[in-house]
Amino acid sequence: MKRVQFNSRFLPYLFLLPQLAIIAIFFYWPSIQAIHSSFYIEDPFGFGSTFVGTSNYTDVVSSSQYMRIARFTIVFSVLVTLIVISLGLLLALKADAVIRGQSTYKTLLIVVYAIAPPVAGLIGLMFFDQHIGPFVEFVSYFGWDMRIGINYFDTAFAMILIAVWNQIPYNFIFFLSGLQSIPASVREAAAIDCKSGTRRFWTVIMPLLAPTAFFLLVINMTYSLFDTFGVIDVIVKDSAANNPITLVYKVYLDGFRGNDLGSSSAQSVILMVVVLVLTMIQFRFIERRVHYG
Amino acid sequence: MYRIKLTDHLILIAGVIFMLGPLVVAFMTSTHSAAEIHTQGLMISMGDDFIPTYEKVLFESGGFTGQVTGLTMAMNSLILGIGFAVGKIVLSMMAAYAIVYFRFRFATLSFWLIFTTLLLPLEVRILPTYKVMSDLNLLNSYQGLILPLLASATGTFFFRQFFKSVPDELLEAARIDGAGPFKFFIDILVPLSRTMIAAVFIIMFVYGWNQYLWPMLMTTEESFYTLMRGIKQILQVWIGSQIPDYNEAFAMAVLGMLPPIIVVVVFQSWFIKGLTESDK
Repeated sequence: MKRVQFNSRFLPYLFLLPQLAIIAIFFYWPSIQAIHSSFYIEDPFGFGSTFVGTSNYTDVVSSSQYMRIARFTIVFSVLVTLIVISLGLLLALKADAVIRGQSTYKTLLIVVYAIAPPVAGLIGLMFFDQHIGPFVEFVSYFGWDMRIGINYFDTAFAMILIAVWNQIPYNFIFFLSGLQSIPASVREAAAIDCKSGTRRFWTVIMPLLAPTAFFLLVINMTYSLFDTFGVIDVIVKDSAANNPITLVYKVYLDGFRGNDLGSSSAQSVILMVVVLVLTMIQFRFIERRVHYG
Repeated sequence: MYRIKLTDHLILIAGVIFMLGPLVVAFMTSTHSAAEIHTQGLMISMGDDFIPTYEKVLFESGGFTGQVTGLTMAMNSLILGIGFAVGKIVLSMMAAYAIVYFRFRFATLSFWLIFTTLLLPLEVRILPTYKVMSDLNLLNSYQGLILPLLASATGTFFFRQFFKSVPDELLEAARIDGAGPFKFFIDILVPLSRTMIAAVFIIMFVYGWNQYLWPMLMTTEESFYTLMRGIKQILQVWIGSQIPDYNEAFAMAVLGMLPPIIVVVVFQSWFIKGLTESDK
């Protein structure tokens, strides 16, 4: 904190008031309501509600459908995270290595960051379209009859590919700036000591990039949990039927399509706990990084 | 060291094609007619229908969504993007100023009240937030679109870190010169934060413009539809039609991604600065 500060009885509160008011109304109030209604079964038409204790939670956790979606969510997040980190890192390493055209590559590779997940989903949907999709046509030469929205595996494949495409630029930026903040003296020393590029990468560069990679790990997990909502919604078009969906999408389906408020709230609270854990990991990491930095 | 590394360039070029290829194809396809796309698939060359398609999507109501035109939706997206970014900057600068520059009783409590909001994204409290908005009669309004998105501490975090890096001597000097808290904030701190403000603005504008779930739930009146909401509409109209309007769908996608792409590409150095400093 600052050595010198203002002393005033009411001024700081005046500066804080707008932010605190908005947070109270649009963050704390709904969050408390979510926790509250997760213990009730609510009449969908608003005629009162009945306290049911933790039965919403036990129903959710013991439902085989929920568990199937949870399993898909984990597979989806892990795959997206790993692919995105490795491709982002590969492109950043190459962009860092070339001298000619570096800024052009950089500009071209971050463009997709600006694209919203539903737009990415829409473009993907066209590429995987039964009639006009070039990807479907291409893989049919190899005997793969791809059917998005009908075949579970095919739909999951398309979702992962689109989600990866959309998230690569973010990883690229962080890895590239991480690489470029490695001092030239370190690189030179490493180049003298160690001829093999691969070994130099694993023994010198990678340990220095580890904090960035760890930060991106958490960010990409949160991305695949929440921000892919648009991709998924565009691809499954409101009919979850036999399509792969993530846990957040199920919260939305049960709450807004199924009017099952109690269950939807319980699922929200479960997700809150998951995010809480992820964020705590992230916070500890930030502290450590600030400490060493 | 002087040899040009061919494989490096090949990998980068492959990466660029993978990332940008779909965008080029999307734009090219949007300039052909729906029937042409239906029979020949996606296009990689310019077609003849660029002007009629975009004219229809931008100005003609009733094509896709019933009553609202693409231009109205673009305006709504713009209001959401700019309103959100400006709101975020004003709120979070003020809050960060209070936290960093004042000694007061509930400082720690306020800090934690604000920063716990980083823990829960809007998506997980979407249903109760919807209920709160309908209780407050804010559905189908610009305030309703923007306010719930503002309830997070991301911006405050940016500015708190930045203010902490501002030298103490500045405040000492300002106080010797007789500047009060307001004067110091407006005449010294705000001008000093110009580049930081720009970086946060760009990130927040893109975030606001790209919002999907929240506008989809809370705008039932078409006059409040955003471009992202319009994409949902395309898909709903689509089901059951003979030849889907592929060209208009792509044109809508191009419109929806153009402003954020321009902002990110033109201001990329600020944008990258903001992004890479956000985690520190």
